Amino acid sequence: MIELRDVVKRYPMRHGMATVLDHLNLQVGRGEKLGILGRNGSGKSTLIRLISGAEAPTSGRVSRSMRVSWPLAFGGAFQGALTGMDNLRFICRVYNADIERVIPQVRDFSELGKYLDEPVKNYSAGMRARLAFALSLAVEFDCFLIDEVISVGDSRFHAKCNVELFEKRKDRAMVIVSHQPENIVEHCDRAAVLHEGKLHCFDSVALAYDFYLGAA
Amino acid sequence: MAMGSHTTLRSSLAIQIRVIGALLMRETITRFGRHNIGFFWLFVEPMLFTLGVTALWSLLQSSHGSRLPIVAFAVTGYSSVLLWRNMPNRLVGAIAPNLALMYHRNVKVIDMYIARLALEAFGATISFVVLAAFFSLIGWMDLPEDIATVLLGWFMLAWFGASFAIFVGALSERSEILEKIWHPFTYLMFPLSGAAYMVDWLPPGFQEAALYLPMVHGVEILREGYFGSAVRAHYDVGYLALWCLGLTFLGLLQERHISRRVAPE
Repeated sequence: MIELRDVVKRYPMRHGMATVLDHLNLQVGRGEKLGILGRNGSGKSTLIRLISGAEAPTSGRVSRSMRVSWPLAFGGAFQGALTGMDNLRFICRVYNADIERVIPQVRDFSELGKYLDEPVKNYSAGMRARLAFALSLAVEFDCFLIDEVISVGDSRFHAKCNVELFEKRKDRAMVIVSHQPENIVEHCDRAAVLHEGKLHCFDSVALAYDFYLGAA
Repeated sequence: MAMGSHTTLRSSLAIQIRVIGALLMRETITRFGRHNIGFFWLFVEPMLFTLGVTALWSLLQSSHGSRLPIVAFAVTGYSSVLLWRNMPNRLVGAIAPNLALMYHRNVKVIDMYIARLALEAFGATISFVVLAAFFSLIGWMDLPEDIATVLLGWFMLAWFGASFAIFVGALSERSEILEKIWHPFTYLMFPLSGAAYMVDWLPPGFQEAALYLPMVHGVEILREGYFGSAVRAHYDVGYLALWCLGLTFLGLLQERHISRRVAPE
């Protein structure tokens, strides 16, 4: 279970403080698949970083009682000067995963081949996404946090994700954040819309979608 | 923090040790790479500095006006500077290159600081020990008279360096000015820090002024341990400890402030 209670996030800006998330409440249970829709700059990535614990809320409380992944996003998670393999070792050490068991799995899923020994800063967005997914699947989490990246991969990557993530691990929880409703419609049981700092929760994805279109 | 709601102190400690270990590896790889002597640069670099200064001072021996063996004087002096100065150097602006790794919730600012401090202290210590052992072996330097006092001096300098580093490092995240003035500051501190003189050689008024500087006490302790009765050291362990405690407290306070606001890229 992940629970956000009365979470506020503010950032200092040139002209005073900006409230990005304004008293949010949210629960994600085991196996639940939640989609969060929001336009560019609505605070989706901030929200997912708060859920993951990478960033602390200005006030309010975030609690986690299952193994939650880091946000699988375009930036972050990897140190650019290090190779894919060094990043793999780092992440295995941090999450206490068996490096020797993870390496073949990541090789197989990411299909990065010899690029695994190149610095991550030379990777394309798609290559990074492959490495991130491969690693998070190999480390084994109860809840995956996915920030947009699912849309960058090619069709082969999509097919693999469908098998590994949405079929083999369909018992896991997931929070998918996107400005594109397709992924959320396809994979989520319920959805919420982040709009002007407030989170609007809906029981069905269709209702959330209607609200999102209306608000946007 | 109240965020990992189901962790005990013991499992938190286990996580922190793992994370610091992972960061140590990460720092070692990016700093020294896998080419040529790699990891050995960690102490070869400070050794080269110390050797250079030792060579220069030996050439200028006539001007240092003391009967102390110049090699031992230079090695103890310059190693001390490396110890307390390199730690803050490494923590100024330390967050930016690691920002991506902070996407992983268990990787905290303090872990990064600890990893970098440990690496720096280790490098400076190995450099000092290897040089002292080597020069003793070839007879250019004697072994310390009182090893316990040497250890005390070294430990106090390391504590001073580490606490000063956390304070300066965390402040540098809040203000760019600090990053700008840090280097001129250390440059100017070098001749004042006690590496190149002993307090006893100064005129009385200057002695008092020099002893306001905390690192001077550390170097004096170290040299008393090294040279024993051949020198008259002036120091107050309590005064230096008070500085260290104060800086530790202020440093952790600043670290807490920035770690709550750090935003992974």
